[in-house]
Amino acid sequence: MGLTLNSVGRRASDLQHTDTPRAFRTAALAGNPNVGKSTVFNGLTGLRQHTGNWSGKTVLTAAGSFELDGRTYALVDIPGAYSLRAGSAEEEAARDAIVFGGADLVVVVCDAGALERNLNLTLQILEATPNVIVAVNLMDEAKKRGISVDTAKLSQLLGVPVVPMAARRGRGLAELRRAVADFIPPPYACTVRYADPIEDAVNGLEMALENVLEGRLNARFAALRLLEGDGKMLARTDEFLGFPLAQHPAVAPALDSARQILRDAGLEDGAVGDALIAGIYKKSEEICRQCVRGPAGYGERQLKIDRLLTRRLTGIPVMLALLALIFYITIRGANGPSDLLYALFERLGAAMAEGLRGLHAPEALTRALIFGVWRVLGYVVSVMLPPMAIFFPLFTLLEDLGYLPRVAFDLDAGFRKAGACGKQCLTMAMGFGCNAAGVVGCRIIDSKRERLIAVLTNSLVPCNGRFPILIALITMFLVTSGGAGGSVLAALALTGFIVAGVAATLLASRLLSRTVLKGEPSSPTLELPPFRCPKVGEVIVRSLLDRTLFVLGRAAAVAAPAGLLIWLAANVRVGNGTVLSAVTGTLDPVGRFLGMDGVILTAFLLGIPANETVVPIMIMAYAASGTFEGYENLSALRELLLANGWTSVTAVCTALFTVLHWPCTTTLLTVKKETGSVKWTVLAALLPTCMGVLACALTARLFG
Amino acid sequence: MDSSLFLLSEGDAGVVREVRLTGDVRRRLMDLGLTPGARVACLFSAPSGDPRAYMVRGSVIALRREDAAGVALGGQ
Repeated sequence: MGLTLNSVGRRASDLQHTDTPRAFRTAALAGNPNVGKSTVFNGLTGLRQHTGNWSGKTVLTAAGSFELDGRTYALVDIPGAYSLRAGSAEEEAARDAIVFGGADLVVVVCDAGALERNLNLTLQILEATPNVIVAVNLMDEAKKRGISVDTAKLSQLLGVPVVPMAARRGRGLAELRRAVADFIPPPYACTVRYADPIEDAVNGLEMALENVLEGRLNARFAALRLLEGDGKMLARTDEFLGFPLAQHPAVAPALDSARQILRDAGLEDGAVGDALIAGIYKKSEEICRQCVRGPAGYGERQLKIDRLLTRRLTGIPVMLALLALIFYITIRGANGPSDLLYALFERLGAAMAEGLRGLHAPEALTRALIFGVWRVLGYVVSVMLPPMAIFFPLFTLLEDLGYLPRVAFDLDAGFRKAGACGKQCLTMAMGFGCNAAGVVGCRIIDSKRERLIAVLTNSLVPCNGRFPILIALITMFLVTSGGAGGSVLAALALTGFIVAGVAATLLASRLLSRTVLKGEPSSPTLELPPFRCPKVGEVIVRSLLDRTLFVLGRAAAVAAPAGLLIWLAANVRVGNGTVLSAVTGTLDPVGRFLGMDGVILTAFLLGIPANETVVPIMIMAYAASGTFEGYENLSALRELLLANGWTSVTAVCTALFTVLHWPCTTTLLTVKKETGSVKWTVLAALLPTCMGVLACALTARLFG
Repeated sequence: MDSSLFLLSEGDAGVVREVRLTGDVRRRLMDLGLTPGARVACLFSAPSGDPRAYMVRGSVIALRREDAAGVALGGQ
């Protein structure tokens, strides 16, 4: 759910370039996934990268800066990585930023609660550069689990500055800023000594490399990578250097003899990498023995909760119940504010119309502005804003808590049967917020085939702009009884549509993996983070300011001209009818076939730039063809729809089509950008549309 | 004794002897800390029994059956 002004807004492109010319020093922020890098980044820079409690939420590189003593320090937040031996696309990006990015120093953010694992990356980075500061974050969380880290001892053992932090509470930020400002290259940074044959092989090669590399890359690091034989890494190295390193006349013979040493010791090509990782972990264990105190086990209470969330009998029901609960709160809470906003817009509109008439403005202009632009805006704000403003923060709370990875864990078997990756659950969950963000999020999936499946099926779960449409349809037509009971039913109905979306996702994934994207399911590694207590206040403020208002702004920007267009179309006459009736009339047979009508289909077509506008455009179109002068309240809109021949089948078909139809333009552009292919982008539009056509036509035949 | 991570039941723990998988998965699991000598505990399973959650080196990772079966336990 990373849709913010920063991630897709105009500033997104600015954030991705990493050089800030006036910066005194540039630091890259590295670390394992989900160690709080983004929180540290936000704390240091005052920026608002989206944070959440799951691995791989930062898939873009973000840049910011801070000032200290009159100097500017640039900071680059790079995606999380377990290792410099990159597996996924995002890990590759992280490795490139760390090794070839040209930062003056690397701040490695570590999780105090899993230091042994985190030191793997740290020690690997220390091989590439000694210019490292280690920030041991989540000290508070670790302490709760009874784990303490002696950071002074750690600093002594690693030979680089170590800063203890609890970034979520703002602790250690000032110290880290100071450490970046005062940084001097550490003379005795820790290096891992490997088994004898490896050290022997490295020594000779390292000397040959020193002269060739001229300090552009660390010679020992390059020697290790050459011996390890990581093809992708070496290709990137050659690209960086501008010549093939292994074939360089001064390197090739040294490499040959180094390899001979390894072969003599019984270490074949593949075995070197294993020996290196084993060596690093041995060192890591040794360091942790000296500076980490506390239990290595999993907390009893945490285990109980986890078992409840994943048991055969309780896992899925708890998940559905939580989803329904969130929807219940959303529907129940949005009701009042929606009516209030609607009434406010109506009253303001009437007053403005009065004012314009008082100024002797042309009547056509007054009507176009008030009944066209203003009224559609009013619908968008009153129908869409309240549910969005409630759902977003609630969902973010679950995300912050660390629940989403558990959902991915529970649903993994389903996704595997569909030939896809369990992590697709996470990208699907991001899709709830915004499908464009969900598509970008698919970078967390390692396998290219599975990533494409996740990208193509992302829009099958309704985004934040679409489920208020569902709420509107459900509360207007399917569950008309008011009160708490009605809200419960409405929430259940909404949950049903979401489950249908998930089922469609599984079905489509299965279809894709049997046809155009054939292949065996890969082995994903999903990390299940400890539960974290969300910062409720911050979540509410952030999701309101960063996301809801941004999404609403986009919707309003589309709605205003669309309102004008509809009004004009409804009032410009061609032949016997209006332009609008001509268009909707043409589409009507198709609409009828799908259990809807021409107006609904027109609204979906006009809603391509922002789905939030579909219902408002629809209402406008109906209203404009009649003598609609506004209603007292929102529930009266039901009368308008009934008058235009709506039945509960129409509502169900429209709801189904809301879940299953072409993605919005932002999402399509993102798919194009992520896949780099027109073919896949077209498929991303066709796939949900075909499913929607099928589902609607079937529903219409069976029940219509 | 030929035991694997997959044969570990919920609540049990063992010590990694070797990772028998190949390619990216092998590298990934070793990077996550499943190197020879590492202690692993099986914590809980998904509703269908697969994948399962394992604790290794202070963090919890989910592994599918075939991957867990490729991690041999024993020794040390």
